[in-house]
This record gives sequence, C-alpha cells and structure tokens, in this order.
Amino acid sequence: MIKHDIVIVGGGPAGMAAAVAAYDRGVTDVVIIDREDTPGGILRQCIHNGFGLHKLGQELTGPEYATVYAVKVAERGIKVYTGTTVLSVTQDRIVTATGREGIVQIQAGAVVLTMGCRERSRGALNTPGTRPAGVFSAGTAQKLINIDGYMPGKKAVILGSGDIGLIMARRMTLEGAKVEAVCEIMPYSGGLTRNIVQCLEDYDIPLYLGTTVVEIHGKKRLEGVTIAQVDENRREIPDTRRYIECDTLLLSVGLVPENELTIAAGISMDRVTGGAIVDENCHTEISGIFARGNVLHVHDLVDYVSDEAERAGCGAADYVKNGVQAGEYIPVKAVGGVRYVIPQHINRNATGEISLFMRVAQPSGKARITARQGETILATATKLKTAPGEMEKLIIRPGLLGTGEITVEIEQL
Amino acid sequence: MNRKLICIICPRGCQLTVSGEKDNLTVTGHACKRGQVYAIDECTHPVRTITSIVRVSNREDCMVSVKTATPVPKEAIPQVMAAIRGMTVQAPVKTGDILAENIFGSRIVATKDID
Amino acid sequence: MERYDVLIAGAGVTGGMIARELSRYNLSVCLLEKENDVACGATKANSGIIHGGHDPVPGTLKARLNAIGNPMLFEACRQLNVPHRRNESMVCAFGPDEEPAVDRLYQRGLENGIEGLEVITGDMARQLEPALSTQITKALLIKNSGIVCPYSLTIAAVGNAMDNGVTLKRNFEINKIEKTDGLFTVCSANGETVQGEYLINCAGCAADKIAAMAGDGFYTINPRAGEYMLMDKSEGGRVSRTIFQTPGKEGKGILVTPTVHGNLLTGPTAQAVDSGDSTFTSAQQLEKIQRLAAKSVPGVNFRQVITSFSGVRSSVDGGDFIIRMSDKVEKFAHVAAIDSPGLTCCVSIAVYVVDMLAQAGLKLTEKENWNGTREDPLAFSKMDMDQKNKVIAENPAYGKIVCRCETITEGEIMESLTRQPVALDLDGVKRRTRSGMGRCQGGFCSPYIMKLIAQHTGTDMTAVTKNGGSSYIAVHKL
Repeated sequence: MIKHDIVIVGGGPAGMAAAVAAYDRGVTDVVIIDREDTPGGILRQCIHNGFGLHKLGQELTGPEYATVYAVKVAERGIKVYTGTTVLSVTQDRIVTATGREGIVQIQAGAVVLTMGCRERSRGALNTPGTRPAGVFSAGTAQKLINIDGYMPGKKAVILGSGDIGLIMARRMTLEGAKVEAVCEIMPYSGGLTRNIVQCLEDYDIPLYLGTTVVEIHGKKRLEGVTIAQVDENRREIPDTRRYIECDTLLLSVGLVPENELTIAAGISMDRVTGGAIVDENCHTEISGIFARGNVLHVHDLVDYVSDEAERAGCGAADYVKNGVQAGEYIPVKAVGGVRYVIPQHINRNATGEISLFMRVAQPSGKARITARQGETILATATKLKTAPGEMEKLIIRPGLLGTGEITVEIEQL
Repeated sequence: MNRKLICIICPRGCQLTVSGEKDNLTVTGHACKRGQVYAIDECTHPVRTITSIVRVSNREDCMVSVKTATPVPKEAIPQVMAAIRGMTVQAPVKTGDILAENIFGSRIVATKDID
Repeated sequence: MERYDVLIAGAGVTGGMIARELSRYNLSVCLLEKENDVACGATKANSGIIHGGHDPVPGTLKARLNAIGNPMLFEACRQLNVPHRRNESMVCAFGPDEEPAVDRLYQRGLENGIEGLEVITGDMARQLEPALSTQITKALLIKNSGIVCPYSLTIAAVGNAMDNGVTLKRNFEINKIEKTDGLFTVCSANGETVQGEYLINCAGCAADKIAAMAGDGFYTINPRAGEYMLMDKSEGGRVSRTIFQTPGKEGKGILVTPTVHGNLLTGPTAQAVDSGDSTFTSAQQLEKIQRLAAKSVPGVNFRQVITSFSGVRSSVDGGDFIIRMSDKVEKFAHVAAIDSPGLTCCVSIAVYVVDMLAQAGLKLTEKENWNGTREDPLAFSKMDMDQKNKVIAENPAYGKIVCRCETITEGEIMESLTRQPVALDLDGVKRRTRSGMGRCQGGFCSPYIMKLIAQHTGTDMTAVTKNGGSSYIAVHKL
C-alpha cells in the first residue's frame, strides 16, 4: 500500500485550495485524486466570468480561476492523480481509487473530502408527464455546449432560477437558441441579482416567479411543457396552466452535496446541509477526515469555497503534525430564521478567529444576525438585505469563547 | 431620462434611479460611489464581457473557452458572437493567448489551456 | 428476400424467451422489434416479480403456466446470469375486513398446487419485516416468490438466442402481413420485408393490430398503464420481501419491493390508456402510490425518489392469456394479453408455444452445439481487486469510472456496445450497464457515454439518441 500524509478527494476549487494550504502549512506530502483528466472540477465548464472578485481581486472566468489554482498546485509539485475515481474511504483512512493504471490503495495520514455537489434530477422532482429526450439538468447542458461543443436544443424552457439556470439561459441565447421562459417555483429567485440582470434582462428572457412545470410532453423528443402558477404552499393554482412549445427543458432546481463516500465511511451527517458534521477546522467526527467546499454545504460563490477549503487544508496539516486537538465540543445551533450554521460544533480550546457560515430561511430586508453563548454576544452583523441564495458569515474574535451552546439567529430590523 | 435599475456591483442590489439629460445625469438610491458610476455607465454606454467557445480544429471534439479581453458595447454582442462563431484555432493554446484582434475595440483571448 | 422458418413479432420478454427456446433447434428464426432495442414495452416497466402462483384463478392458463413457470424462470436466470433473488413475498390484510381475502388466496394457492404458502399473524409478519405497518393483522407468506430484473432477463434471453443463431431486426414496425403459398410476408413501416413459414405474435399492446393484419383479429387489447416510483438505494433495505396488499376498492393495491439492484420500488397503479405508448405519469397517480405504499410500509422516504415511470400492460376482457394457434390462419400463433404474471411465465410460455408449433407441424431437431448459458455481463463488478487489476492491465478502460453513482467503467460501457444484442442508444447502455440509473440519473455520465457511442459507431454526438427514432439529444455541432 502507498502512503501519503494527506489525500485530497476531488480536484475542484476546494480540493486544490485545500492542497495548497496544507502544503504551505508545512505538510508537503499531499496528493489530489480527481476523476477527470484535468483538475478544476465544474469550473472548467463554467466559462462565464464573475469568479475571483473576492478571493483574487480580479474578475476571471471559471477555467481561468481553476488555472490559477492548478498553477499553484503544480508549482508546489503536488501530485494529482487524474482520471482516477475514489471508490471508498475507510475510517482508518485507507483510500481506494481506480484509474486506467489500475486500482490503488493509499494509507493517508489525513483525508480531505472535497467531492463537490451534483444537480437534482428530474426524477427527484417527480414531474409528471412523458420521459422524452431533451430534458437536461442545466449543468449537463452546460457541459454539452461548453466542453463538447454540441447544442442540446433550439427552443428552451428553464425550470429554476438558480445561478446555473440563469447562466444557461444566456448561454443558450448567445449560441442561437430561443429561451422562452425561466420558471421559478419560489416567489423569489435563487440566483444572484447580477445574473438576473445580465443573463435575463439583457436578453429579454421572461422570469416567471411562483411558477413551475407541471407536465412534460413529447414521445421521443420533448415537444412542450405545461407551466402553472403555485400558491405559497407550492400547490398548483387552478386555471393558471399554460402550454409552451419547446424542445429542451433545463433543470436548475438545486444542488445536492455528493456525499456517497462520506456516508459509506460512516461519517455523521447534517440533515439540513446534506454534508458532514464538522468542527471549526472542518474536521468530521471521524478522526483525520476533513470535509469542505460544496460537499459540506452548497456555496453561492467559488471564492468562498476556496477560502473555506484552506481552513480544511490547514486543519488536515495540523492533524498530521500534532494529532487530535484535545478539548470538549460546544454545539452551534441555528435558530429563528437561520437555516443552518457551519461548523456544527466548536472545540472549546480553539484558538484564533472562528468563522461561522450560515444561510437564512427566508429573504428579508434589514436584519441583524447574532451569535450568542448564553448572555454573551460572540459576533453580530447587520445586513441591509438577506436572501436564502446568499451565504452569510460571522467571525468570532479570539478569546470570546466560553462554555455552553452557541445559538445563531436573525432578527428583522 | 428616468430609468430604474438594480445595482449589480455587490450582492446588496440597490434600486437605482437615473434621471436627467445625457450629459447631466443624476443617480439616486445608491449606497456607494461604485453604484453611481455603474448606473451612469449602464445608461450611457453599457458594456459586457462576452464568453464563449471556439472549436480546436486539430483536436477531436475539442473546444477552447474564450472571452473578450475587455468588455464590449452591449449592442455589439450579436456581432461579437458572430465573429467568435466564425473562428477556429489550432492547439496548443494557452490561457491568455490572443485569438483575434480588433473585435469592437477588444480582443478574443483563450481562457483555457489546450495541449 | 430474407426467408426464415419462424418469425416472431415483438422482442419483449415473451418474444425473447420464445426466440431462445426455438434457438435450441435447427431452425432459422428472426425476431422483429419496432423499437431501437429489445424490452422496450411492458417488459422494461413492470414490478419485476417472480410470482409464487397463488393469485391466478384456478384452471386458467395463467394458473398453470405460473405454477410451472416459477421454477423454470429461476433456472433460466441462473443459466443466463440474470440478477434475481428468491426474496419471498407477503400479501397483507389490514383489519378483519380484509383477512378473509388472505385465506381465499391461500386456498387458491393450494388449488393451484403452490408449495411454501403460510398464513401468518400481523405480529409474525412484523417479526419478518419490522418496517411493516402496525395496522397489518394477517398476511399470506409466499416462500417461492422472487424478484428479477426484467429487461436484463430479456436482453440476456435475446443475446443468448442470437449467440445460438437467431436474427434480431430492430426498428421493424410491422405494417403489413400477407400470406401466399404458405409463406408469411411481413413488411415494416420503413420498407423492409422478411418472409417466414410460421409467425408468432408477441406484440404486446399491438398484438390485436398484428392479429388483424394477419387475418385473425378476434380480440381487442385494453392497454392498462401502471405507474411506479423508484427510490434510491438508501431506501432499498426498507423491506427484504415483496409486500402486496389484498385486492380492494382501489384495485390490486400498491406493492413495496426491493429490486435486485438494491433500490426500492413502489407501484403500480392501473388506468386504462389509449395505447402502449401512453407511458406518461400523472400527479394524482404518483400521489396515490405514495399514500398506499405508506399504508403498508409507513417509513418509506419519498424524498429519496430517483425516478417515476409508467409501463403499459396488454390486457383483454376475460383476463387470461391468449396463447393458441390461429383457427383461421394456418401457422400463425397468438401469444397475446400477456399481463401479470406474464414475466413469471415467460419460460413456461416459451416451452408451451414451441410445443404448440411442433403440434402444428414445425419440425424440431435439436442442435448439437446449443449453449443455453450466457456469460455474466456484470462479471467485472463481481471481481475482487486482484482480478480487476489483471483485467485493467489488459484493458485500461476497465479502470476508468464513467458512471460514478453506480460505479460503471468505460470497459463495461464498451461491452454493452459490442455484445449481442448491442446497445444502440443511451437507454440501451443504461439498461445493460446501469450507468445513469443512479441518483444523478445520468447528469454527469450521459455526455461521456454519448461520446463513446459516437466514437464506436463512427458518427458524432448529434447521431446519438436516447431511445431511437427522433429522440436525439444534441441538435447540432457548434
């Protein structure tokens, strides 16, 4: 069996940032395992710009952002096993992977899980109707166009106004397709404002809020969809049905962290995030296994993925050098309008700044988000506007941490 | 002019109103200077960075992603896309390679390496 | 013009199994299928149950062929290396009103000569299946019943028939049948023609039309759609046995069953539809499945659904199979109205039909070199690490994972494109390898598989379809 100090599962933005951070923290025997022939993950098909403003101070396209990190990985001589898929990770950190050279087993000092996420499929939506060709998840269509150079259709409806859906509405239009509508079941869009303006308004693509696809038509290839308005309980409102002729339906209806390896390894999961339960160093409840990026919780911006994944890289490096950090764990709970908080628990002996990441349950105007421990306010921030689509962050300054449960809540102002 | 737009500079999304004449526009609703500049630019000469793909002719089923090196006028988007669609390139290509010059005041550059 | 001893219309599980049975003999046999692949009708979308035989009315062909067909199908699954499992089943009664139905089914089973039936209490049922509802008061335990993957079975049967010399013609939608000089001349919608001495009609929902074309259309098929919901493997362990409900006001009830691949399947509903192509799902029926499945197994987590689908069964008034030589047209065999328990009976039907043809004059001489076994298409996945590494060293494509949800390699995809009956489209690859059957439903792997199909067939991705015909996926090359 091969041995490496740190094995990183997944060479997307999170995996590369974690590898670089671990290396720079002094653990140089780091390897990345990635199933594609080139690292970079989903960024390689995200050819649009808007990446890197926070993290790198410049506006880049997805492939350029990936290249920045691929160069950092290469400069440090970090080995990337490409075209290699991890089959399993065990609690004693044996990583089994397969590639064209065969199946390898690696005994890792620490493992960082950075597998990213996948899109929810039509099956998961359970949309009634026929099952023709022409129904794609938005990311699959993105890959067909941007990587393979094939158009998936001529006339499209997009279900879901998440960022990938919005980006694909523009992309399809630029390549000559007609995008008839973007339908969003919620009364608000899940995407960034910037994308609504530059992907829909620029091209006069209508966005129907509170509207969903209720039936799919067509025998062999999609022929059309029926859309209808829904009430606040997402139930169809009678007499609002409308048929739209189209040959393509793109689904941008949410992302699901890809945690099959995590679950198979017996790591405790958070039912709300769909990711592992971690501490402030991204350490899961299994000793020496860390997780970060979209596999932990789905992010809005890749910049934050890189940022947070560095934390995981450092955590793994510290674990390799010093072993487990002693100390009891303080639970962190999301209450009152906050959907979840990461980390789910914090080591009482944690030093340095501790970042809390959260998402709110509902869009709101001016609001204050506060992290409390009993009567003590650990961190607070006032926001002019919050939305479920955007990640919020609080920083607990060093020395504030006491004992007892931490709660994070949002109050409308 | 009296135009309403949503600021896209940061996630806050201020509701901006631009009013006045061409050389003397006033912006209200912005929370910062950047929003004011965005509103005036958007009303006088809106620009966009265009990204797309170009076929790599000497590789099988291979596309290289590209972008305009600087933003181009919004109204020129169809012509810029037409220009990009007419291009092919030969590998190897490096990120940043200039693939076409003088495209509505900008250049088309590669955003990916193709060996 | 191509001329065969026997033509079979329809490459579902019945037609496929008959083709295999005929391939034992020195005969030329041609299987005609209107779709781009075998197993595209009711065969690909049913419950996948190997029924014990307690249910059919005693004295019917269904009762007889089920009783003898059950062990025959288990044997064929072993020979053909088809995933199957004798997982037992239960018919559950909810309260005193339904309990007599359990006793009636038990008596019926005895009359049909079925062994391994046992009437048990609700508590005993829950001991065997802890996830069952506390409302269940009595159940019939059926120990000889099992589950099978119906399309794997059909692909294997047709593949084995082809290995033994049978010809398969796809996209052959019969639109004219003539009989002159003792020969059937069968024409397809796209202008192909074949001739045969015997014609067997296994055309499922189109059997009545084929029978009419041949000159003996004495029955009408009433297509009945059954909708299903398939759950992720995380739900697959919810029950180990197939759980039926007693027949009641809402029809035969909804079953909850594990599949041989480890998923959980619930369904079917039953509605009359226009044709065999009416495979749409509806919100009301999907809601009904959830409600009734939860009645038997309250814990089923429907958030784990990965797909819903509908299969159209071919039924007739009267309810029994129609399997006989035509009274009007010599050497024309009806094998129609094969609805439940048709899958269980596929081997017994095949043997029955071949006997029937022999009595009608078909000369059967056994081939010396007939081989009824087929190599396991899942062989690679069952290997240990050292064996796999040996295979990968010879063919590196076996090291490359294409479908990550189901862990399917490029080597296995290529096998599906090269082994009879070869996959010609994405759904064909999916049914042979399970790529795209997992939780992402092909989101990640389908462009890669399209590329492999295009490379293999020397076309580009615009020529690749989901399931033949106009089911293209990419419209043009940029």
